[in-house]
Amino acid sequence: MTTLLKRSILSRSYGDRFVAALFQGFAIASGAIVLLIILFLLRESYPILHRVGVLRFFRDPSWHPTSGEFGAMPMLWGSLLVTLGSVLIATPLGILSAIFCQYYAPPRLAPLYRRLIELLAGIPSVVYGLWGLVVLVPLVRRIQPPGTSLLTGIWVLALMILPTIMLVADASLANVPAAYLRGAAALGLSRWAIVRGVAIPTAQAGLMTGILLAIGRAIGETMAVLMVCGNVVQVPDSLFDPVRTLTANIALEMAYAMNEHRSALFVSGLILTGLIAILVTIGEWVNRGQMYD
Amino acid sequence: MIKQRPRSRRSSFGEPLMQGLLWSSVLLITGAFMWLCSDIVRHGFRQLSWDFLTQLPRDTGRSGGIGPILVSTGLIIGVCLGVSIPLGVGTAVFLNEFSAPQRWLSQFLGISLDILAGVPSIVFGLFGNAFFCKTLGLGFSILSGGLTLACMVLPILIRSTQAGLQSVPNDYRLSAAALGVSRSAVLWQVLLPAAMPGLVVGLLLGIGRAIAETAALLFTSGYVDRMPTSLMDSGRALSVHIYDLAVNVAGGEQNAYGTALVLVLLLMMINGSVSWLGKRFQQTRILDV
Repeated sequence: MTTLLKRSILSRSYGDRFVAALFQGFAIASGAIVLLIILFLLRESYPILHRVGVLRFFRDPSWHPTSGEFGAMPMLWGSLLVTLGSVLIATPLGILSAIFCQYYAPPRLAPLYRRLIELLAGIPSVVYGLWGLVVLVPLVRRIQPPGTSLLTGIWVLALMILPTIMLVADASLANVPAAYLRGAAALGLSRWAIVRGVAIPTAQAGLMTGILLAIGRAIGETMAVLMVCGNVVQVPDSLFDPVRTLTANIALEMAYAMNEHRSALFVSGLILTGLIAILVTIGEWVNRGQMYD
Repeated sequence: MIKQRPRSRRSSFGEPLMQGLLWSSVLLITGAFMWLCSDIVRHGFRQLSWDFLTQLPRDTGRSGGIGPILVSTGLIIGVCLGVSIPLGVGTAVFLNEFSAPQRWLSQFLGISLDILAGVPSIVFGLFGNAFFCKTLGLGFSILSGGLTLACMVLPILIRSTQAGLQSVPNDYRLSAAALGVSRSAVLWQVLLPAAMPGLVVGLLLGIGRAIAETAALLFTSGYVDRMPTSLMDSGRALSVHIYDLAVNVAGGEQNAYGTALVLVLLLMMINGSVSWLGKRFQQTRILDV
């Protein structure tokens, strides 16, 4: 409506048409980037997909791309296990933190605590990785060598994604209409009953979005995981076994990969992008459900 | 108001349990945060000095400073912003002021920006390596790294500029039209100045993301830690330096901590200005033109 107004009322001089065309050009260039990324991922992975097919990546017993073995399953498991573990730890802590900030914290403490979480969100992943490597790995090594393990990865990653969950949950809890809470309080419900029965169900979609964002961040995270997980290609038997994730695999091998090996790394990039696309679709679906509520 | 502390007299068994759970999780997180921060500050502060910031790294980074690395980081960010500001602002202006939301181009742009924002940074690295380094023949260079980062920060920049433009009241556009001002003059004289706070917030967020990025730079701008002489030289960013010192250089932890402290301080300055500007932005909403 407003754009319609702008279009029909404002004048269109010669210069205006030039500016409009220029900005349209910028916009097309921005849109083309996504197409370019997909195009180049496909183009670089085409040789291997054409020759051995995508199924080999899930069926081959091991990852030796230089001698024709392309089993990416251990890495996929690595990515999924690290993600699952960190999300399982960070979700309750993040949501509890948000509930604390919104409903339980003394009024002076809430903004301070929120500020602290924002700071935590601003620390770059390579710094988390450094800290994990220098501080956490020796700690875990004392329990069971080698120290660089699934457990350390989960630990560091949980710290990294916690702010995402907490900040999104905090924002969506803040959007719960005050009338709902007042109504519940007027009915004599205890504070926890209000939180559990009114606030959480109302903010459900927001909480889910936060968790999905955190999962996306965990799957896509490279540096921290690369530095603390040990990077051994295997399906781990215990929390203390080293693992290698899909992202770490790309970062490690890209430097020297040639031909088919390089191509295979681009396929793992495609698999990663596919996982993210699934998450984005779920996110859309969650938010659509919200609209019909 | 009531939202903060809904009071009730009936307290059941669940209430104290929850209180305990909440406080202990908050203490746990605060404790972890303090642990992390105190380690970085304690180890990093010892390294920090004017010499550390200006001198060349010696002995593969174990001693010496981070002078060339700061310069490379600055150049990479410069290339990134030089490309992403015109592209981002242009796209945002197009979406908000020149195109109807129903148009297929606008819808396509909306979706592709969402995808772009979700793509993992390592995939940007793969793309940058294949497109900028190989296909365009830029090799491992500051230029390739900066261009790759430009693709990464574009969604942030576009979304914040759009938010800035949306906060400009439509009256401004209508009054300008009634006065017979051309659209481009309205854009330069009214809309962009009024949307400036949003733009600056987006810019700072973009710099923050770019400066913290490592994975996308590993195989686009490379590892070379010499002082860059041109944009076609390979240059090592701060974050890559931290990674390299921590993983590949035995005994490099101290300087890695020093570099990490510099990086975190830079980011804190950026984040501080974002929240300060954001607050001002919300208070004033629009510029008094």
